[in-house]
Amino acid sequence: MPAIPNGVPESWYLALSAILFVIGVAGFVFRRNIITVFMCIELMLNAVNLSFVTFANHYKQVSGHIFTFFVMVVAAAEAAVGLAIILTVFKNRSTLNIDEVDSLKN
Amino acid sequence: MEFLIATSLKLAIIAFILLTALAYIQWVERKVIAHVQVRMGPSRVGPHGLLQPLADVIKLITKEGVLPPHVNKVFYLAAPVLAVFMALISISVIPFGTSITIMGHKTMMELADVNVGVLVILAVSSMGVYGIALGGWASNNKYSLIGGLRSSAQMISYELPMSLAIAAPLLSAGSLSLRKIVNAQHGSWHLIPHWAIFAFPAPQIFSFIIFMIAAFAETNRIPFDLPEAENELVAGFHVEYSSMKFAAFFMAEYANMVTVCCVATLLFLGGWHPLWPVRWGSNFAAPAIFAFAGAICIYHGINYVRPFDRITLPAFGVIFFGCAGLFLIPQGVPVLTPIFWFLAKVSFLLFVFIWIRATLPRFRYDQLMSFAWKFLFPVALVNLLVTGFLVALVS
Amino acid sequence: MVDLLFFGLFAAVAVLCAINVVVQKHPISSALSLVGVMASLAVLYLLLGAPFIAMAQIIVYAGAVMVLFVFVIMLLNAGIEVRRGRSWMATIFGIPALLGLLGVLACLLVRWFPDAPIVKFGDFPGGSPRDFGYALFTQYLLPFEVTSVLILIAILGAVVLARKELD
Repeated sequence: MPAIPNGVPESWYLALSAILFVIGVAGFVFRRNIITVFMCIELMLNAVNLSFVTFANHYKQVSGHIFTFFVMVVAAAEAAVGLAIILTVFKNRSTLNIDEVDSLKN
Repeated sequence: MEFLIATSLKLAIIAFILLTALAYIQWVERKVIAHVQVRMGPSRVGPHGLLQPLADVIKLITKEGVLPPHVNKVFYLAAPVLAVFMALISISVIPFGTSITIMGHKTMMELADVNVGVLVILAVSSMGVYGIALGGWASNNKYSLIGGLRSSAQMISYELPMSLAIAAPLLSAGSLSLRKIVNAQHGSWHLIPHWAIFAFPAPQIFSFIIFMIAAFAETNRIPFDLPEAENELVAGFHVEYSSMKFAAFFMAEYANMVTVCCVATLLFLGGWHPLWPVRWGSNFAAPAIFAFAGAICIYHGINYVRPFDRITLPAFGVIFFGCAGLFLIPQGVPVLTPIFWFLAKVSFLLFVFIWIRATLPRFRYDQLMSFAWKFLFPVALVNLLVTGFLVALVS
Repeated sequence: MVDLLFFGLFAAVAVLCAINVVVQKHPISSALSLVGVMASLAVLYLLLGAPFIAMAQIIVYAGAVMVLFVFVIMLLNAGIEVRRGRSWMATIFGIPALLGLLGVLACLLVRWFPDAPIVKFGDFPGGSPRDFGYALFTQYLLPFEVTSVLILIAILGAVVLARKELD
């Protein structure tokens, strides 16, 4: 049984970030509802934010936080436009299943 | 260890006082609205209806809690819990006064002095939208859904002018911690206190007005209470809720009201600093007011109108004189007087909330939303720009 | 010791909520689980000495972006997702393989950096709003201004896309 450290090593934060990212990828690949797929994208972005903040703590610089902030802003803008697209797709196709939005397929 | 004991004690005291105050704010509201409308208000249950909140609580607890079969049970039950949870969390970062020293251990008069206290309040009020949106949606009722969505849209629209109005006095205070913001407002020139609304380079009076307007919208109070009015949309998002769940939504609304009044007091009205300087005798304001109230009670007790006024009014008079005496004890003055000033200002703002409820009609929904985006948001932006410019010019 | 406790608790909550996002059938349950993930990540940011980013996460991400998601789900009346053409082979082999992959990834990360520095609450005081704002408005001013143009473009796009057709 390895010794329990008296604090939290940074590698544990990075491992958590990796786990959240992989869960996000799994949801993105396997789910069929557009909105759920979009939420898995947000989950991936959050995992990456955790990585950035961890490295900001490691190098003791605030630049990591600034990048996290920009990721949040871009995610907000992307959510706004993406949800508008989803609304338009729903208005035209009356479905939220991405398997059924396939009119460009052969 | 001492820290844990002190915090638990403060938590118990603040929770008890807050929950009692929520019930009695409702009594004050009913009495004030009644007197504005030239009628009596609750007057039967106790002397002057003082036990009416107790009667209401008993009624709400013993009423049959209906769980309609067509609702989404998990979210229907979770929505009032979420609303109350968020409303009560924001009290934890509000400082009520200076420090108090008990048995050698010095503790500040707040639960948690977070150095980003203002942001915690904004964060918690953003999360309060979920309780209402989920409550409206989970009720599986088109009127609740529309009411819930309208209320959530209104709350997030008015968060922007509120945040901008909060940002303006932060420029002169220079910190995000609520205690430091109040400490930056101490002192006075001659008779005008150094409160943020009278501050030198940029008086924050416009920020105060914008904040109060946005606060009315955030707490769903008249004139912005279209989503939950009784005669609109069949009472909006809480139409399917009964007894304790309905009481939870109501408690959340009053707790939000108390929070925004406390934040307005701390940011704009100088927190616990007195209205005029101490050397002009402001320490005697509290005992003077209590003694005056005691004198009125004893006078009306002597010339009594109802039979039991012979007993209750002089009893209240004695209690008020006791409180006045409490404020004259020299050891208690530095601890009790700041709390008195803080509570006096918060009570005044709550009275303004109730007064406006009794006086104004309500906005239509599209008027409400266009007022937020087309008028209040640009005004808040311009106010922040002008404040920043003036502060940079002077320093 | 307290750091370890908080990290363990909130990391577990984050992972459970993340799995819930992927597993739940109704989009609103996924949305609320995602809010749970963001809130626990905010606590982890506090532990990592980033109070401003933690509060920005709650105000912007959990309090505005996710409210938008919840609105759209409520407006579109999105129902339970009906799974068609589900292959049992994928489920029986896929889920253990995924969990195994996750476990291997986490173990590798922890093993490659055995002496990673310990994160203690309070050892990075440079994440306060003052330092953040100073860096944002001096060193990173150009990205800040470009981001504001980006948000303007996003607003224009959303308004145009969601507008009613004028017939």
